Amino acid sequence: MTTEPHRLSVVRGGENRLARRILSISIHAVLIACSILMLYPLIWMLAASVRPQTEIFQSGSIIPSAIDFSSYVRGWFGLRISFGTFFWNSFVIATLSIVGNLIACSLAAFAFARLDFAGRRFWFALMLGTLMLPYHVTLIPQYVLFLNLGWVNTILPLVVPKFLAADAFFIFLMVQFFRGIPRELDEAAMMDGCGPWRIYWKIMLPLSMPVLATAAIFTFIWTWDDFFGPLIYLNDMRSYTVQLGLRSFVDSSAQSDWGGLFAMSTLSLVPVFFFFLFFQRLLIEGIATTGMKR
Amino acid sequence: MTARADASIDIAAGRANRSVLSRFWERNGAGYMFLVPWLIGFFGLTLGPALISLYLSFTNFDLLREPVWVGTANYVRMVTADPKFAASMRVTFSFVLFSVPLKLCFALLVAVALNRGMRGLPLYRAVFYLPSLLGASVAIAVLWRQLFAADGLVNMFLANFGIVGPSWISNPNYSLWTLIVLSVWQFGSPMIIFLAGLRQIPADMYEAASLDGASRWRQFYKITLPLLTPVIFFNAVVQTIEAFKAFTPAFIISGGTGGPINSTLFYTLYLYQEAFAYFRMGYASALAWVLVVIVALFTGFAFLTSKFWVHYDD
Repeated sequence: MTTEPHRLSVVRGGENRLARRILSISIHAVLIACSILMLYPLIWMLAASVRPQTEIFQSGSIIPSAIDFSSYVRGWFGLRISFGTFFWNSFVIATLSIVGNLIACSLAAFAFARLDFAGRRFWFALMLGTLMLPYHVTLIPQYVLFLNLGWVNTILPLVVPKFLAADAFFIFLMVQFFRGIPRELDEAAMMDGCGPWRIYWKIMLPLSMPVLATAAIFTFIWTWDDFFGPLIYLNDMRSYTVQLGLRSFVDSSAQSDWGGLFAMSTLSLVPVFFFFLFFQRLLIEGIATTGMKR
Repeated sequence: MTARADASIDIAAGRANRSVLSRFWERNGAGYMFLVPWLIGFFGLTLGPALISLYLSFTNFDLLREPVWVGTANYVRMVTADPKFAASMRVTFSFVLFSVPLKLCFALLVAVALNRGMRGLPLYRAVFYLPSLLGASVAIAVLWRQLFAADGLVNMFLANFGIVGPSWISNPNYSLWTLIVLSVWQFGSPMIIFLAGLRQIPADMYEAASLDGASRWRQFYKITLPLLTPVIFFNAVVQTIEAFKAFTPAFIISGGTGGPINSTLFYTLYLYQEAFAYFRMGYASALAWVLVVIVALFTGFAFLTSKFWVHYDD
């Protein structure tokens, strides 16, 4: 190599560095502007929930003139039944859904990833097929079924399907993870006389904490946010979830009490925001590796 | 799917030479035991109901009386005599057509901007991802209703420039656009998938290209875009299916009506009204199957055309 081209490239590098610097600064500027634009409505809602009621429609700013939590009290007791009940109902549904999904999906995923049985490919393909199927197609017969079982107005239609691995997405997620666990581990265990149950329980599950946590968090967020299911199955206000409670709030008194509505809206986002703050890495990895929709 | 575990299970199977059934069970029993919950769910909650709803789609059924067979009348009515069906199709297709490409463009642009070993990447990624995590909740739909109301935040902002904005939500010309903006606002999760895809592109390709004097734009056009087509394809399919199924925001923002003048009557919202407001369960089942066919057609079309534009480099 001669030195000539080398020197040339150094000179060009210097110019490049300046250009790159300018480019980088302008990209940061655009990204920061975008960030502010995207977060502004959220922060504004938070501000609206803690500012005096009269100020909400006067001010687009995010700094309240005074901090006033009375909207939270008004909102909490704004309906015939307090939001305490709705939060409790949502938590019960979400928790049972997590338990159901973790048990049922990990069982099925273990069979698909590790056990050999006639028809495995067939069932696996069917399972993948159900991922694409819009739920509307099973909606009405399921409703009729649950109606005849006397389950409408209970949480059973929302929870029992989770114990039957109806969220096939999580089976897929877990199969991907289980396949990454070295087979030597369960082969060795099998040599020592471990049956499939013990391999599942003593080897697979303990090694799968990351994927179980991811599935649990996404189950929580999806069931917490679910609106359609509760809308159809829960008609009595005492069994409402937070999302249904908010919807009733909109219908009943939104025009008069935006402060209370924003306060309850903000509260309803807190659990999801909590998971976002503390488990962001799991959420982002979960999305990046499997291509989840949210 | 390998068959490596075969050997070990063969040993177990070899122990006994009993009836065919019990030998089948010894070989395959464990697998099916683990699958029991899913199998019950698959037959009881997915396959069975899907077939029943196919049957119901050829009937009139109001939950109270037995379904009455009407042949293809539901489907015929849909295409010939149901202006609300036509409206919901128009609304849904416009929503898909505008929201998906816009959302993907934003996601891709931001992902490319973030990909260059950017300082503060985790922070930006978090900020951009947050809306797509929160976006499906009723609270956000409530917020949107206020943002685009006559006296909402958007108009407060426009007033600074002396512009008197309309009531975006209650004007049929704009109401759908507020929902498209809401959807584009949630570009975070496709962005994360793009970021993961960008990381797969080897850095030396860019180095080689810039040594050859290729501009950044040319690098993007000739390297990034082609190598990213599988991810673009994936995101496009997933987001389109999701867009066809959108429900909550339209329901909350229009108060469940799909108004004003059916301008936000999403397909799923119409289906919900038919089923649970008017109890036309047979007709709603037919609507559900049309949705399946649309989604299947679209997905099939995407896969068919993919060989012309998706670049698989294996």
